[in-house]
Amino acid sequence: MTTVEATAPAPPAPPQAPEPHGDHGAHVTNTGISNEKVAMWAFLGSECLLFGALISTYLLYKGKSDPDTPQPSELFDIPYTSVSSFVLLMSSVTMVLALSAIQRGDGKRLRIWLTTTALLGASFIAGQIYEFTAFVREGLNLSTNVFGSSFFVLTGFHGVHVTLGIVMLLSMVTLSARGKLGQERAETIEIAGLYWHFVDVVWIVIFTVIYLIP
Amino acid sequence: MTTLELPPKPALPVTPLPPPVLRRPRSITGAASWFTTVDHKRIGILYGVTAFTFFVLGGIEALLLRLQLARPNGTVLSAEAYNQLFTMHGTTMVFLVIMPLSAAFANYLMPIMLGARDVAFPRLNAFSYWAFLLGGLFLYSSFFLGGAPNGGWFGYAPNTSITFSPGHNIDFWVFGLQILGIASTTGAVNLVVTALNMRAPGMSLLRMPIFVWMSLIAQFLVLFAMPVITVALFLLMFDRQFGSNFFNPAMGGDPLLWQHLFWIFGHPEVYILILPAMGVVSEILPVFARKPLFGYPVMVFSGIAIGFMGWGVWVHHMFSTGLGPAAVSAFSVATMFIAVPTGVKIFNWIGTIWRGSIKLSTPMLYAMGFIAMFTIGGLSGVTHAVSPHDRQQTDTYYVVAHFHYVLFGGALFGLMGGFYYWWPKVFGYHLSEKIGKWQFWLWFMGFNLTFGPMHILGLQGMPRRIDTYPAGYGFEFWNLVATAGSFVIAFSVLLFIINVARSKKHGERAVGDPWDGRTLEWSITSPPAHYNFGESPVVHSLDDWWHRKYTEDEQGRPVRREDHPGQPVPDSPEVANSVHLPSPSYFPLIAAFGLPVMAYGMIYRAWAVVILGAIIVIGGIYAWGLEPSAEPGGHDDHGPELPGPDGDGGADVPDDGPQELVPAGVAPLETAAPESASAEPVTGEGP
Repeated sequence: MTTVEATAPAPPAPPQAPEPHGDHGAHVTNTGISNEKVAMWAFLGSECLLFGALISTYLLYKGKSDPDTPQPSELFDIPYTSVSSFVLLMSSVTMVLALSAIQRGDGKRLRIWLTTTALLGASFIAGQIYEFTAFVREGLNLSTNVFGSSFFVLTGFHGVHVTLGIVMLLSMVTLSARGKLGQERAETIEIAGLYWHFVDVVWIVIFTVIYLIP
Repeated sequence: MTTLELPPKPALPVTPLPPPVLRRPRSITGAASWFTTVDHKRIGILYGVTAFTFFVLGGIEALLLRLQLARPNGTVLSAEAYNQLFTMHGTTMVFLVIMPLSAAFANYLMPIMLGARDVAFPRLNAFSYWAFLLGGLFLYSSFFLGGAPNGGWFGYAPNTSITFSPGHNIDFWVFGLQILGIASTTGAVNLVVTALNMRAPGMSLLRMPIFVWMSLIAQFLVLFAMPVITVALFLLMFDRQFGSNFFNPAMGGDPLLWQHLFWIFGHPEVYILILPAMGVVSEILPVFARKPLFGYPVMVFSGIAIGFMGWGVWVHHMFSTGLGPAAVSAFSVATMFIAVPTGVKIFNWIGTIWRGSIKLSTPMLYAMGFIAMFTIGGLSGVTHAVSPHDRQQTDTYYVVAHFHYVLFGGALFGLMGGFYYWWPKVFGYHLSEKIGKWQFWLWFMGFNLTFGPMHILGLQGMPRRIDTYPAGYGFEFWNLVATAGSFVIAFSVLLFIINVARSKKHGERAVGDPWDGRTLEWSITSPPAHYNFGESPVVHSLDDWWHRKYTEDEQGRPVRREDHPGQPVPDSPEVANSVHLPSPSYFPLIAAFGLPVMAYGMIYRAWAVVILGAIIVIGGIYAWGLEPSAEPGGHDDHGPELPGPDGDGGADVPDDGPQELVPAGVAPLETAAPESASAEPVTGEGP
């Protein structure tokens, strides 16, 4: 590797037929991890600070609301939220199954598991919408007190993340159905999975901080 | 696949492509192609031109402020106009000038310095630029829509909440900064991935040019600091638009929450602004002292140390808020400590030029000016770490003097030096040295005349952010000096513009390596071919280009290698024609265009417009995700396409930030593949 000139110029001539499992350049980046995956990790790192700041805000205002206004302890239905949290957690399992399916080249199961994941996520969102309306009915809204402000913004922000994730999953189901998401694109699912698992993990933190810690 | 200026090639539409909404743009030359370009060099130039334009605007705002303050009881501006102008001046210089100028240099130089053909995600790069431009225009449109933001660049809530700022001024600030935050975050993801993943074979981390290192650290800071201000802006937006109580003390909201969030972002932001300029200076000094950078690894690690410690000093912006002795002491100590790695850098720069054979070209003048002025700013910064002193100086002109010495005396000196240094590389001609030296000395004197007296004014107790002052406090003389100085700076900027215009016609044509440079950008022609490198370079050491040109004699003095031509050799046409780059695209611009549409809709509560904007953004991202990065068809010179639209990993993930949508930077890796697969371990043995 001394002479620069010696190496063949651009066109990687026929011999080096691209491998069927081509991980989109995963082998040729300096880190050995594809650009897309590093980008997703960097983005998730950024997201940590986003949720970190929101969770800190919630904690700062914990117990600071006027006692005459609705309080967390009066509103929370912990068994109900536990169930919807469990639903969201299970969606991580189905996401892993989807990844495993595409790695085996099983497009049909890929679509089944992606759809299941999206449905579980949608159930979680439906639960959240129900919870929000229940709280509003009981007199808590965004401007009632600082608890209302910080609760709705934090959980709502997370809900938006889950919703975007659902859109992403359904887009992939469509792509797969149109034959554009073959085995060689397994990493796409893996990267989408990173996002999905991240959103789940964040929910575990939020659930603990908001609902479980008195 | 690009139509690269190739000679006759009947542009045959091979197969009728699936009827696109917009036919894929193909041209990479001409005025229209600037709107669709994904070439990191052109995007870098766009960043530079845009940021410089905003620099002129921010400068005009500053001149108006100085005119108002030139005499006691000034009547040039009303108090309201003064508030708007100082707010826009600060916001412009931070978000629309120094950050994007650093992005301009990083965009243009980082891939070339790494030996790559583009950034990791070329279309995302274009998106970042357009979001930045449109965010800036959105912010400035406020002047015509009822008044510009008027709450200071820090926008302290609750002063900026709806109760105290009922107009739309602050809304423009809130949404404008959110758009700019999206622009810089996506840019940061892109540049971080580029530096980590796109290095040429042999370019271990500790062989990366120091500018790349400093930019990488700054981009990591962007990545982690931006979300914090995003949350702050988000909360303020909810307070203003939807009646939440985050900053409403009447309902238990805590005004300090804003300050904490803002400065947790704001202090790393200071390093986001200064680190790239430090990198520029660290590139210039070795070339014009003809010595390697003194203590390269130490420079790298002190940069990393600054990056980490920058997160632990934000409270020194809040010493006067009454946080109690424990917090104040801890943050005082941390602030003093961060001066250590900064001091290490200053000594390394001095070590670099110490006993070098110094050539005082214009870039070198700026770099040496940087060292001196930044040191003054750094020292006045340390005085703020001393909290009793800080309390005395809070909100006085002493603070204004301090941060202008680091941001103007530091960042802008460095970046201006970078203009003169890389201008021949980027545009193929030199800026006039003669005008350049005049410009430097005017810049230097004007700067010190303007901001030096502010130290004295501050110590005398002149508060900042006041639109006027009465006579008789002893402020008259130095204010007049400062105003005079500001016009000297303006004249210097004018000279720079004249220099550019004149040199474009009369300037000396640049060779590939006009300064006898050290890093890879000098190993290619000026201006570079659109593909940068015909063949991926193989890197054997730090300052690889220098070592290709020079060897050492027994005394360690550089001796030219006889077998090296000394100047870059242009690529043969076969090589040039075989390069395969990502195609231009409309969609980054379209997706970015939806952002201000959404923002206007939010401000005027026209929900249909918000939805329209969202549809534009999402539609743009989908279209972008579904189009291949490089258009197949048209050329036959590249052998079979890789299976599928290559490198489009995740092309179909159309939401949560487009990061994963975009293809890999395709070409360089392909060429490099045979080498790099085995070549070098990633983390390097340093030199």
